[in-house]
Amino acid sequence: MAISNFETTIGLEVHVELKTNSKAMSPAPASYGSEPNLNTNVIDWGYPGVLPQANKGAIEAGMMAALALHAEITPNLHWDRKNYFYPDNPKAYQVTQQFEPIAKNGWLEIEVNGEKKRVGITEMHVEEDAGKNTHSGDGYSYVDLNRQGTPLIEIVGEPDLKSPDEAYAYLEQLKEAIQFTGISDVKMEEGSMRVDANISIRPIGSNQHGTKIELKNLNSFNYVRKGLMFEEQRQAKLYLAGKTLKQQTRRYDETTGETILMRVKETADDYRYFPEPDLAPIHIDADWIQRAQDKLPLAASVRRAHYVNDLKLEPYDAEVLTQTLAMADFFDQTVEFGADAKRAANYLIGDVNAFLNTTHQDLQETKLTPKYLADMIKLIEDGTISTKMAKQVFKAITEGQEPVQYVEDHDLKQLSDPAVLLPMINSVLDDNEQSVLDFLGGKERATKALIGPIMKMTKGNANPTVVNDLMHQALEARR
Amino acid sequence: MNFLKTTVKDLHQDLIAKELSVSDLTKETFDNIKATDDRYEAFITLMEEQALGQAQNLDENGIEEDQILAGIPFGIKDNMVTKDVQTTAASRILKDFKPVYSAAVLENLEQAGAIGVGKLNLDEFAMGSTTETSYYKQTKNAWDQTKIPGGSSGGSAVAVAAGQVPFALGSDTGGSIRQPAAFNGIVGLKPTYGRVSRWGLIAFASSLDQIGPLTRTVEDNALVLNAIAGYDARDQTSSKKTVPDFTAGLTGDVKGMKIAIPKEYFGKGVDPKVVEVVKAGIAQLEALGAKVEEVSLPHTKYGVAAYYILGSSEASSNLQRFDGIRYGFRAENVKTLEDLYVQTRTQGFGDEVKRRIMLGTYSLSAGSYDAYFKKAAQVRTLIANEFQNVFAQYDLIIAPTTPNIAYGFGENQDDPQVAYMNDALTIPVNLAGLPGISINAGFVDGLPVGMQLIGNRFEEAKIYQAAYAFEQATRLFEKIPGGEN
Repeated sequence: MAISNFETTIGLEVHVELKTNSKAMSPAPASYGSEPNLNTNVIDWGYPGVLPQANKGAIEAGMMAALALHAEITPNLHWDRKNYFYPDNPKAYQVTQQFEPIAKNGWLEIEVNGEKKRVGITEMHVEEDAGKNTHSGDGYSYVDLNRQGTPLIEIVGEPDLKSPDEAYAYLEQLKEAIQFTGISDVKMEEGSMRVDANISIRPIGSNQHGTKIELKNLNSFNYVRKGLMFEEQRQAKLYLAGKTLKQQTRRYDETTGETILMRVKETADDYRYFPEPDLAPIHIDADWIQRAQDKLPLAASVRRAHYVNDLKLEPYDAEVLTQTLAMADFFDQTVEFGADAKRAANYLIGDVNAFLNTTHQDLQETKLTPKYLADMIKLIEDGTISTKMAKQVFKAITEGQEPVQYVEDHDLKQLSDPAVLLPMINSVLDDNEQSVLDFLGGKERATKALIGPIMKMTKGNANPTVVNDLMHQALEARR
Repeated sequence: MNFLKTTVKDLHQDLIAKELSVSDLTKETFDNIKATDDRYEAFITLMEEQALGQAQNLDENGIEEDQILAGIPFGIKDNMVTKDVQTTAASRILKDFKPVYSAAVLENLEQAGAIGVGKLNLDEFAMGSTTETSYYKQTKNAWDQTKIPGGSSGGSAVAVAAGQVPFALGSDTGGSIRQPAAFNGIVGLKPTYGRVSRWGLIAFASSLDQIGPLTRTVEDNALVLNAIAGYDARDQTSSKKTVPDFTAGLTGDVKGMKIAIPKEYFGKGVDPKVVEVVKAGIAQLEALGAKVEEVSLPHTKYGVAAYYILGSSEASSNLQRFDGIRYGFRAENVKTLEDLYVQTRTQGFGDEVKRRIMLGTYSLSAGSYDAYFKKAAQVRTLIANEFQNVFAQYDLIIAPTTPNIAYGFGENQDDPQVAYMNDALTIPVNLAGLPGISINAGFVDGLPVGMQLIGNRFEEAKIYQAAYAFEQATRLFEKIPGGEN
């Protein structure tokens, strides 16, 4: 159904879990995937007498996100309590930044159908996550507080987005920007990036705001887009039927592709916010911002420009290399270790990606290192190994073996010595008179039949380039 | 052994001279507590096993001359968590709660070798000024057992005044150390906010709470503060300021010290007999060479209102964690999770606590925040600024600690607003985060009158200096509760 008579307004709230060593308000580890309640301490339990200990790393991560999103950093930070009682929130309040967010007034540039557009970011808060409830079939509910207190940043976007496609582009851009700060893995499947979407529509020309519907628990960018598209249609139908929309929270059902009512909001939740009295205010000075700036990795767009303009890579290659911060960093370091950029890019886009796909690993989980990859590429460049031999060496470096030593140990040296190769070539030429005549008659392809036996004689160790050159010289000598 | 006529320094001399073993001292302390506590009902829990073990260790290892607190028994207000020892905050909701860690102040005192002997009664979650809101028992005034001991650190004040322990720790949110110290004729200091770590203090109102010592003498008080003051990374509101030796200024000299007398603290609602005693005390300091002038602190009258809004708001948030799930009391025979929460809190919290939770919840609610919480916070700033203006010209402010002397049980209970006014003279100090002490200035009708000395932030040393000079000139601490003592 066409919704051409309506205009859509979308605003996104994105929660990003920070990759800090410890939790936002306690020294307990903030790692993902441990046994339930292993990463907790008295602070996470909301035990009587405990006090929060604000993690400076989380604040710095918030500053880095603010810098990446062109936002203004608040010089005087204080914390606030958001009171709500829930079994996975033992203190019954969340420490957040209601009155003075760490940053305000940022923006991101998106591109949809060739059109560029700036999308505003209202504000960003640093806050702590709640734990997790599991409602089991045995009649009990279980509480895991491992996630309790994990630091988050909440990025509140302006309602500048006019279509589900723009929302999708914004999320892609936001994910890239955050990933290239290094402060989060931004993985939706692990919950380190979570999206809530607000959408309203109104007849074109109307100056009244439409009724806002909130979509919660969206766990992929695609579902965000599909859910929003479904909502556009659903709301338009209701409008056209003359029905009034009620403010609701809905969720997207991935099996039916529809959104389902979760709850109707009659009144706003009263969180009874007030300044957190257990934490002193924090002053962020220019020096600290500079230190955060210094720690900030180069943005993906900056790297892509460098790859294309300075390293002469294809735009497509640059795009693939900057799909993750880990890949881009790996590439940069490989080049810094002296590898040829084009060759390094080819390896990463080809062999390395294939390896990651088959082993279901992230680059940082593997034993591959930029140094080893660079060393392997140098061995190819200087003719020590052939690209065919490199296949074997590549497998070795994925297992953590040092390439130069590996080549040494496995006698993988390419044969390039003319003193050894020339007699072999001459004897092959002697044995294949017809091919020699063919070549001298102008058939370049005839060399193929001559090089084959050399490779056979050297068990594939002969340097093909050198053999090719020597072969031509020997053939010319017989003209 | 009772400690009515002895100081920490005396005890320390006896211990290092081996005239007394720590074990004997500790045993005698428990004997005395057991013999007297039926009369005072100051203790909720005794820590006999731990204390005797610690005493034995000290006897084996010996005490060095500079370990002034080693072997000295002390009492702990029962809102500070003690590892493996029941900690109740005088609430039913924490019945049989045995914490897994100890408060920072207790770690410090243990480090100094002092021996915690028991947990002392208080108003439930430190809310009250009579110790009558305790779920467990009703502590009696050391001077007259028909009178309230004051509160909320009533147990701590009585245990010291009645000679059960040489010193005790209290906590002060709106006067909870100073007021019972005044009612029992002893020395009680509320340090500057941030001077002492709150790690392990069960929170009432986080921005106002501060732990401090209750002692018989000023010097003892300074000695205890020496041991518990200082930065603690676990309390990010604690101060990194260096901690001076608080006994250094105890010379008896106050010549040239400038003292401000705020007229509002001597006006309507303050018993003229109390005014008379405190004015005589001020005259004593003047005679010793201090310069005294009257000043005005006009916003004082809004202090109580601001305090009850701010304190109750923070309390309503701090007390939400008590749900019957992880520790303490849990209601039985409940059907649903929500029922469990509701029943646990209905049965576990007393009336005063419920009243403040409701007041605080209301003050913070979206429709009331601006009119109540925000206004109260603004009043707080005005009061703090007003004090700063005075301290730009004066060293100390002196006033009565309380408007009245200790009164009978049950009085003022019908109208909480009247009871709340008892703290009118101590509350502004907490709102401004200042240090304040109450010392005995004399007696009215046989009951002690407290004189309050208020200093600028982190100037406890000046307070001690003047308090010591007064104490040495009057030697009122030699007067002890009469009767069978």
